[in-house]
This record gives sequence, structure tokens and C-alpha cells, in this order.
Amino acid sequence: MTWILLFEQLLNGLQLGVTLFLMAAGLTLVFGIMNLVNLAHGSLYMVGAYLTVAAVQWTGSYALGVLLGLLGTLVVGMVLEVVALRTLYERDHLDQVLATFGLILFFNELVAILWGRTALFMSLPSYLQGHIEILPGSIYPLYRAVIIGVGLVVAVVLWYVVAKTRLGMLVRAGASNRTMVAALGVNIRLLYTLVFGFGAALAGLAGLMAGPIYAVQPGMGELILIQVFVVIVIGGIGSIRGALVGALVVGVVDTLGRAFLKPLLGHFISAPAAEAAGPALASMLIYLLMALVLAVRPAGLFPAKGG
Amino acid sequence: MRTRIRMLAAASAASLAFALPAAAQQPIKIGFITTLSGPQGVIGKHMKDSVDLAIEHLGGKMGGVPVEVIYGDDQFKPDVGVQVTEEMLKKHQVDIMSGIIWSHVMMAVVPVVTGAGKVMVGTNAGASPLAGKACHPQYFSTSWNNDQTPEAMGKFMQDQGIKDVYVMAPNYQAGKDMVAGFKRYYKGNIVEEIFTKPGQPDYQAEITQLRAKNPKATFVFYPGGMGIQFVRQYVQAGLRERIPLYSVFTVDETTLPALKESAIGQWETKFWNHDLDVPANKKYIADFRKKYGYTPSFYGAQSYDGMMLIDAAVRANKGSLKDTKAVVMAMRKKNYDSIRGKFEWNVNQHPIQDFYLIQTVKGGPDGVETKIVRKVFENHKDSYYQDCKMPW
Repeated sequence: MTWILLFEQLLNGLQLGVTLFLMAAGLTLVFGIMNLVNLAHGSLYMVGAYLTVAAVQWTGSYALGVLLGLLGTLVVGMVLEVVALRTLYERDHLDQVLATFGLILFFNELVAILWGRTALFMSLPSYLQGHIEILPGSIYPLYRAVIIGVGLVVAVVLWYVVAKTRLGMLVRAGASNRTMVAALGVNIRLLYTLVFGFGAALAGLAGLMAGPIYAVQPGMGELILIQVFVVIVIGGIGSIRGALVGALVVGVVDTLGRAFLKPLLGHFISAPAAEAAGPALASMLIYLLMALVLAVRPAGLFPAKGG
Repeated sequence: MRTRIRMLAAASAASLAFALPAAAQQPIKIGFITTLSGPQGVIGKHMKDSVDLAIEHLGGKMGGVPVEVIYGDDQFKPDVGVQVTEEMLKKHQVDIMSGIIWSHVMMAVVPVVTGAGKVMVGTNAGASPLAGKACHPQYFSTSWNNDQTPEAMGKFMQDQGIKDVYVMAPNYQAGKDMVAGFKRYYKGNIVEEIFTKPGQPDYQAEITQLRAKNPKATFVFYPGGMGIQFVRQYVQAGLRERIPLYSVFTVDETTLPALKESAIGQWETKFWNHDLDVPANKKYIADFRKKYGYTPSFYGAQSYDGMMLIDAAVRANKGSLKDTKAVVMAMRKKNYDSIRGKFEWNVNQHPIQDFYLIQTVKGGPDGVETKIVRKVFENHKDSYYQDCKMPW
């Protein structure tokens, strides 16, 4: 029984991890390549969820809605890069933080004006509802299993694109030495727009998959953004591999902490003390982990090479 | 004499041309604070729409005097709430204050209002100190004390003989208060008490633990977005049929549009529901639906009620709210038709009222709706009024 429970919680951790990874991949690429701190990454997550809800309602098909939602977020991301963020690359990080924080407010109010403040309903098609039996006696929601699958596929595709293709080579080169890449005659502006749009689409994918589980409402992106920053700090800024490892570690640690820390503490300290300390410690766990990683490896687990 | 009046009239007519609101027709100014921005803004919308409807029902006047409502947004923050209150009292010179969703905002705002010699009519927040030791003649509530609603759920589950309950709430003061209120009346076995991080979006880890313990029922308090997320994930985990879900402040008309079918079968307790068979309530619901095209939540109902209570005070004092003592006396007489039906004030100026068991079912204009099943408490008093030493 307890082993099945542990297995299920590991799956839960994996599912949270891949969602965080989809967010972190875009954020870490943008940070690593363009040296841009983009607090508004969470807004793109929200935009992805809203556009998909709208597209599903409009087309009546879930699959088509997802596709349109993804494309829409890609376009929103690219337009955002061209219109607003391009001017920020040469500014220092404080300016970037202030400007992208402004974008958070802008997007939150925009969706509130367009769709209202009430959280939206996003239903699942019947083929994604229900449960699967992963191990005997262990049922798991099908949709969450699908999220894990999609996340892992995206991770593999991303690895292939970054490690094996010419575009990926440029991306890696850009992360290592931007000036050199530009000096070699690569259209760095276009590359930036593409990478940003791609990162936005990944955030949108995370958002639209989160839609049926979480509440699609203004400000939904900020709830997950802080955890995503923890992921990229742990993984190493600019590194896709670091983002994947960091996301899975954070997902599993956070989930297991929430599930098992209190009963575990109960073995060592009195029950009321465990009652009070358990939830508090569980919510701090990923930040403690981040502090530990920073102390041992200040550049994260897998820092992007060069600078 | 007559010429003097005529001259005065001429003079005031002349002054009217230059400065519009002349002293003769000073409007009643009501300062109404709620949360209008951010994810919680939907609650503020229910409240504001209800206040607007109340003023419309009153023909824009209280006691024959035009009414002006000034809205303020507390952004869910006590310091902003105090700032907005001071602006209303000093700059807008409001006659009375009302609204406020959150207990911590209310605790910060009430001393400012009473200190300025004005009356506060709270239309949601039910902070326990304000019902007990910190009660004040210039503070009225048209809602409830925080503990009362979970007390009603505790009583119902106790009466049903439900054993082995799993309890979950966010890890902050209101969460702890709700669980305490629940346990005041529920005496059965509590399998586990879980407090989660406030604002947490994902509950899958907790739900997996819950399923492993296999309780007979689950009681939760998850307001706003947290409730939408928790209930959906609970249903997606296939637990709706296996382990009945009982809650307070989790499923209402602000979260129902996002929950839809996943809320069917949910049990809640409330002092009021839209289908409460009271004439004043029927009028409110019918006109609200006609005007705004959606069904209001209890947040709206309490705010509508607050405006009617203020109107009663203005009527009793011949179109003025300047004499605070007289206003308090008139409010204590509560000469108006409340949407909850007949009620009495407790000594702490909180209503002594009935509480109902409510279930979410199929039907209604939106496909799913909440329905009163039965009365749980008759004339229920809060648990703090004995600490309130207020002369009546």
C-alpha cells in the first residue's frame, strides 16, 4: 500500500515537474540568450489558457482549439518581443524587471476586460476524462498522465532541436557568446524573436494544459512563476538540461514534501509540533533546496557554458 | 418674511449656477469598499452590482435625498483599505462607510471609521474580534461571524452521524477559524487535518494522500480560485461519488461559472441562498438577473441588504446621517425588509439568523444551480457575543 502511494506521489511530482519544465524552458532560453529577465512569462501562460478556452468555444473542437491556442500564444509572444521587449535588451535587469512587471499588470487587466474577472470553465473532451490503472490497485487520472506524456515528448523534441539542428546550434551559440554570433553575420534579431515566440508557445502549452485542472482567471500565471524561477536558478540559467533536471527535482521535492513531511516529522517530534511545522516546512522546502544548491554550486546544477 | 425667503431662494438659485451641489440638497454620500481588481475582483463585482441595484430600487434616493455611492478598491490589502477609507472620509466627506470582503482589511478599517465618528456597515467580513471584545456601537454587520457557517456544517454532519471526516483548509487565520468553527459542533472522528499553502494551485498530492486514508467524507474551506482548483481536481480524481465533499465558502455563484458540472453534488451551508422564499429576496434576485444576466452570490445579497439598512436609518432621521447616535439607534430598529427575512440583532450588532444546507444540482438558467435543502440552524447566535460589553 505505502509503495503504491509513494509511486503515485512520484507520478504527481513528475506531472508538476513537466509543467514547470515547459515554463522554465522558455524562460531560461530567453534569459540565457537575450539576457532578459522576463517576469511576464507567467502572463504568456495565462494568455495560452485564455486563447485556448476561446478557441475551443469558437471551433467546438478541443484539438483544434489547442492548436489555435498554441499558435495564438506564439504570435502574441513574437509581437510582444518586437513591440515591447526589444528595447530592453541593453538595459540593466532592474529596468527589465520593472517593465515586464508592468506587462503583467497590462495582461491581467486586458484579460479581465476581454473575458471578465470570473474564472472561466474549461472542459475536457470525453477521450481525456477517466482514469487508467498504472499499477494493480493504483488508478491515475488519464489527463494527468497525458500531461506527463506531452511534457516528456516536448523535452525530447527540445533536446533534439537544441542539440542536433542548425537552429539549436545558433541558440546554443547565442547563449554562450552573443557578440560573436552577431559578428558571424547571423540575424540575431530574428533569432531572438523566434526564440521568444517559441518560449511563449511553450508557456502557452503549459497554460492550456493547466486550464482544465486549475482556474483560468486573471493572475493565474503569477502563481506558478515563482516556482519556475526557483527551477531555473537550481538548474542553471540558460540551460535546457538544467531546466529539465531542476523542474523534475522541484516537482518531486515539493510533492513529496507536501505528502510525507508531516507524518515523517511526527516520528521525531510531538504530534502538535509536527502539525504546525509540517505544512510550513513543506511550503519552504523548494526554497531551502534552492539555497542549498546556490551554496554548493552558485551557477546552478548545469550552468550554460561561457557567459 | 416672505421677501426674505424669496431673496434667499434667488441667492441660492444664483449660487446654484456657479456651484452645483448647493447646501439645500446635500446628497447622502456612502463610501463602499470592496476588491475590484485582481483575481478576487469577481466578488467585488457581485457586491457593486448589488449596491447599484439597491440604489436603483430606492429610486436613487434615501429619505427623499439623492444618494451618491463612492466605490473604493482595497486590492485585498489592509493598508490600501485604510488609505481608501481616509480618502473617502476626508476628501469625499462621506456620511457612512460600507462593504469590505476580508477580515484583515475590516480589522484595519473599522477603527479609522469609528474614530472619525462615522458608522461602518460591514457587508461580508466576519472577523471574530469585532463580534466579541472589539465590538463597537458604530459597527454593524449584514453578514455573519466567520465561525457560524462552518458551525452549521459541523452540526449537519454531526446530526447525520457521519464518521471519519478528512478536513482540509488553507494555512492562514481564516482557514484555522473555519476548522475551529466546524469542530465546535462536529464531535465525530477527524481522520486528518491538512493545512495547505494559501493560493496553492495543485492539490493532487494531498488528494492522493486523502484517497489512501479512505475517509467517509471530506470537509474543506477553499474560497475563490483555490476552491475551483480543489473541487475540479477532487472530481477528476474520481472521488466525487466515493467520498462526499462538504464545504463552506467554496462553491457559490462566483465560482460556479468555472466549476459547472464538477460542482454537482457539493454540499454547502449558508445563511442565505438565491432561492430563499422571502419577498424582498425574490424581488432582488429577479431584478438582478434581469439587469445583469447572472445570479448573484451571498456577497451581493449582503451588500444589497447593507444599502437597505442604511436607507432605513436615513428615513428614520429625515434625510440625514449627521447625528451618529441617532443613526445607530435607527439601525438597531432595522426597519426594513431584509433579504434573509425576519431577524434580530445580537448585542454585538450581528444578525441572529437561520442557516441552511445547500446542494449544487442540475438545472436553472446556467445549467447548474445551488438549492436550499433544509434548515440547519434556527436563530443561530455567534460564539463571541458574550465577550461584547456594549450598552443597548
